[in-house]
Amino acid sequence: MIWEYFISPFAEFAFMRRALVGCLALALGGGPIGVFLVARRMTLMGDALSHAILPGVAAGFLIAGLSMPAMSLGGFAAGLAVALAAGAIARFTPLREDASFAAACLMALAAGVLMVSLRGGPVDLFHVLFGSVLAVDDSALILIAGIATATLLTLALFYRGIVAECFDPGFLMALRARGAVYYFVLLGLAVVNLVAGFQALGSLMALGLMLLPAVASGFWASQVWSQAAVGAGLAALASVAGLLLSFHADLPSGPSIVLVAGVLHLVSVLIGTHGSLRARYFPAAHLQA
Amino acid sequence: MAAVAIENLTVAYERRPAIHHLSGRFAAGSLTAIVGPNGAGKTTLIKAIAGLLPIESGNIGLNGLARADIAYLQQQTEIDRRFPIVLRDVVGFGHWARIGAFGGLTASHRAALDGAIAAVGLSGFESRPVATLSAGQFQRALFARIVLQDAKLILLDEPFNGIDARTVVELIRILHAWHAQGRTVLCVTHDFDVVRRHFPETLLLARRPVAWGATAVALTDDNLARSRGMAEAWESDAAACAHAGVAE
Repeated sequence: MIWEYFISPFAEFAFMRRALVGCLALALGGGPIGVFLVARRMTLMGDALSHAILPGVAAGFLIAGLSMPAMSLGGFAAGLAVALAAGAIARFTPLREDASFAAACLMALAAGVLMVSLRGGPVDLFHVLFGSVLAVDDSALILIAGIATATLLTLALFYRGIVAECFDPGFLMALRARGAVYYFVLLGLAVVNLVAGFQALGSLMALGLMLLPAVASGFWASQVWSQAAVGAGLAALASVAGLLLSFHADLPSGPSIVLVAGVLHLVSVLIGTHGSLRARYFPAAHLQA
Repeated sequence: MAAVAIENLTVAYERRPAIHHLSGRFAAGSLTAIVGPNGAGKTTLIKAIAGLLPIESGNIGLNGLARADIAYLQQQTEIDRRFPIVLRDVVGFGHWARIGAFGGLTASHRAALDGAIAAVGLSGFESRPVATLSAGQFQRALFARIVLQDAKLILLDEPFNGIDARTVVELIRILHAWHAQGRTVLCVTHDFDVVRRHFPETLLLARRPVAWGATAVALTDDNLARSRGMAEAWESDAAACAHAGVAE
């Protein structure tokens, strides 16, 4: 029975194995990035970035049809361009970060939808917006795994700088410590991970696997690195459970995975060890000091 | 000798001067309070000295001080206290000028870090997430970061805001220790009582200096009343300043 429900879908079907490996790689790379976005209060910027890759994906689609490499490259270029422009506007003008990114997001979304509608019908648009984890091929898998690897290495290398920039940008600025570099490294990592996620989950769902586990991790851990570990773990759990759910119930895989991540988030809100509703309303006996 | 020499300094936001033709000097090793009504340019001045604002005209001479010799503490409201980080890591950023983003901590770095935490009375709190600290404890942690920076010039922007009286006493003790070590300290504050009791020098600011010198001479009722009137002067159709030297 355990075999039948939990193992055999992956043992029997190659597309399920590919989907599993792809989603686990996304969880490892995207989970920690999500934690930084949440800690830096940039969750809405993540939303904006996920829309920002759309015009590039659409451009790739217009030029090369439903070709994953072309669409990924386009998405990466567009996401990076929008992130750099919106980030620079927020940094060097009085415009607030959220407003700057919201403006960029709205322009990008409109441009993207317009470009997709130039060619192809609603089915294509649906594919771009929601992806298809079960159609991930070997080259896509290598790209996703490569991005996850590069993300973790970059985070390890720049960890101190990114934490410092997220926690207290004014401190680095006063030291002339080039905090902007770390800020844009983080934005760049967010973009490449959203592009990686777009392959499997689509541009609208990719953010879900990145942010929901990260938000939930705050209820279990209280440092950036420990939250990143919890976030990656929850994202991996959501991937496995979501894929099984979609397999057995014959549901689309992207939304299934994100919904499971959502359930894990709600469970964390209810019973997490740090600041959850349980901790608030049914606390353990208070300590002496 | 002056640690900070200011010559005819003007700093403006969209052409409205927040600091207007300010000249004067903070002597090396001095402990100066910068006071004045809201909108007097106190934060602007300290940010300009920290190099965080573009200068419209004039000059700030730092007498050869490097960026690493300057510690700047912004208003506490500008830092997110719910960020997932522990106290030891926050204080440890004080090593930045020595180890940067990639260097490792040596045994002597670690000892200095422990020493800085002990100096502000927070030993035992090292692994506490900052979200669980009180406002006073958090401010003491930021003071420990300055201790670790070992800076020659220390710039503090309203460090006593929202801090209880007992912690203010504690912070002032640290401030006096810096003063005794010969560091130059500039501190923006609204608490005249604290200034009168603990700061030898005062700059009373209202976009221009109203009074600058020994606290007892500078902080008179006359001067305070004058500063209030000056800071509130704001004309919607003000002409270009005749001293500005730049045509429209």
